Amino acid sequence: MRRLTALLAGLLFGIGLLLAGMSNPAKVLGFLDLAGSWDPSLALVMASAIGVALLPFGWARRQRRSLLNTPMQLPQKRGLDHRLIGGSLTFGIGWGIAGVCPGPALTLLSGGYWQGLIFVLAMLGGMGLFSVLERRRNS
Amino acid sequence: MHIDWAHFTPWTALAGGALIGLAASLFVVLNGRIAGISGLLGSLLQRDSDGRDEKALFLLGLLAAPLLWSLFGALPKAEFRTGWFGLAIAGVLVGLGSRYGSGCTSGHGVCGISRLSPRSMVATLVFMSGGFATVFVLHHLWGG
Repeated sequence: MRRLTALLAGLLFGIGLLLAGMSNPAKVLGFLDLAGSWDPSLALVMASAIGVALLPFGWARRQRRSLLNTPMQLPQKRGLDHRLIGGSLTFGIGWGIAGVCPGPALTLLSGGYWQGLIFVLAMLGGMGLFSVLERRRNS
Repeated sequence: MHIDWAHFTPWTALAGGALIGLAASLFVVLNGRIAGISGLLGSLLQRDSDGRDEKALFLLGLLAAPLLWSLFGALPKAEFRTGWFGLAIAGVLVGLGSRYGSGCTSGHGVCGISRLSPRSMVATLVFMSGGFATVFVLHHLWGG
């Protein structure tokens, strides 16, 4: 059951990205272009997503187990550090260059765009680089 | 700044956002997991992560979305403003940065803010600012 719900949640997430316009890099860049002609659509995407998710997440925060009786696995880290800030800034710069973030990268890939393939391979490379650096740091 | 009314799509933005919020809600309420794409991908790349089946199936569902969509109609068009080299640089930065920062637009921007996490609010503020600044530099200062 938990496998089926995972699959369905992913599917719904992807349909949402496509409908919202997040899977069109030019539209994302239009949102990020405050100084040019600004397309505010993606602010509404985010506001709407948060508006819907606020109550369910508020409920989940107070639970130890999910409705399917799996452990509730919410991030435990507290406090701000240079990794959070530096990492998010790096991510933001990459997002601003191409207008693609990880979710839309996957729908662009399976939607058949060669650009999606290049982006996903490079992104996996970046993630692999992180794993290598982390392993070296911890050893 | 002036608003680009020609490309402003409020209704599909609100509806798509609601679906994204619903999907993230289902995943946390039913599976107890955060629908953060970079976190799910990154943890699948590590050998010792739990719940690989659920994580992989969520991502599989995400990948299947365009295929399901195309059964019922034409996929929304995607236009790129970047060539292969820019895409490759951007991809590496997105992969590396989202792992160091413990999340991306979905994990911090949607799930994190919805659970009122101060870390996620700061992360979202930082990557949004990074995105705004990068577009300003590349499209207004550098080339246009």
